[in-house]
Amino acid sequence: MTAQIAIKAEGLKKVFNRRVVFEGVSFSLAPTQTLLISGRNGSGKSTLVKIVAGVLSPTAGSVSISGPSEGGYFGHQALIGMVSPYLQMYEEFSAEENLLYASTIRGEAYDQTRAHELLRRVALYARKDDPVRTYSSGMKQRIKYAFALLHRPPILLLDEPMANLDADGIAIVREIMQEHRRNGAVLVATNDLTDVDVYDKRITLDA
Amino acid sequence: MRNVAPRRWLLSVMAVFRKDLHSELRTRYAVSALVMFVITTIAIIMFSLGQENAPPEVLSGMLWVVIFFGAMSGLSRTFVMEEERGTSMTLQLLAPPSAVYFGKLLFNFVLVTALNIFTVLLFLFLVNGFVVQAPLVFILTVFLGGCGFASATTVIAAIIARANTKGTLYPVLSFPILLPLLVAVIDATKSAAEGAPLDQVGGVFQFLISYIVVLTTLSYLLFEYIWKD
Repeated sequence: MTAQIAIKAEGLKKVFNRRVVFEGVSFSLAPTQTLLISGRNGSGKSTLVKIVAGVLSPTAGSVSISGPSEGGYFGHQALIGMVSPYLQMYEEFSAEENLLYASTIRGEAYDQTRAHELLRRVALYARKDDPVRTYSSGMKQRIKYAFALLHRPPILLLDEPMANLDADGIAIVREIMQEHRRNGAVLVATNDLTDVDVYDKRITLDA
Repeated sequence: MRNVAPRRWLLSVMAVFRKDLHSELRTRYAVSALVMFVITTIAIIMFSLGQENAPPEVLSGMLWVVIFFGAMSGLSRTFVMEEERGTSMTLQLLAPPSAVYFGKLLFNFVLVTALNIFTVLLFLFLVNGFVVQAPLVFILTVFLGGCGFASATTVIAAIIARANTKGTLYPVLSFPILLPLLVAVIDATKSAAEGAPLDQVGGVFQFLISYIVVLTTLSYLLFEYIWKD
């Protein structure tokens, strides 16, 4: 199923308050490929990820994501799983309630088996009924992975994927990324260039 | 608007509504503000009126002033909270803008209806001289007024959630948009207090229905642009 997915970005430009954050950014990403977006602070890495996710409009250029889906808004979002420092869970709800609402707001039935499997994977199962506000920053980062993977998206967009994670958390994320690239595509925006060799493509944004 | 499967869209609208209701029941963020505001304002009205019986047009105006400022203190929370907690992007990733708008509209309607019922009951029991002689006209006025309030305040809340001066901007932006609605509901409430028959207030109800339809349609069309950037 995932063999058909592809991301194509052409001539992307973003302007905030008359300041050009980036321009002329083009790339394509096919299944099993990984793309690293690096650059200094303020160079627009997170902005570019948000544009690819469809939550921010580019000033110029376009992003097209094709894949096996019913089309429309739900179809577009069904192809994407995103982890970002700008993405927050509902702190008054537990991890499980967050996943429940994530499924139902997508218009899908809640798959509890899948949710529990993901919560075990990110080592949060024992705390699944606790409100997210009681979690540490690392645990909040882990729940974002369960949120991103819940609907089995073929494309993973990861903005600062290792932020706030301990050694175990980093190992879990590396495993998720490796597993995901077997069938899908992974786009990572980070300044952490430790694993720079594992990426198939790289874009450097200059502020 | 992008194409959206109708059944999924409806499920999404209801899920946004349930999420907001669940969140409100757990945090009581908006309800506390609304209840405290209504109780305080009605207490001030009672003290200022004393044992005097004010005429129906004055009491009708006072009722809707309480509802207007009560709504201003609570109805913006649905979007402001999403923005302040950073969960706007989470919702953007999950649901199309129209599903978010109608889910929030439904939640605000439930909230404003509860506010209206609470305010009206307190008014009827505590304020001297406030008697409703045409209950059906009054119930229709409160219902349509609630629909109009929810429709206007939901889209304004979405706009001000992105601004820096949220608290002051909300009533300032809402007042000119709500003014025609306020004039109509005050007029209909006065008629209900005086015992006017339903057909005499028909024109006001037609205006209120038109107002709700036009405002909801415009909000639906504009919401994607407000919500996305």
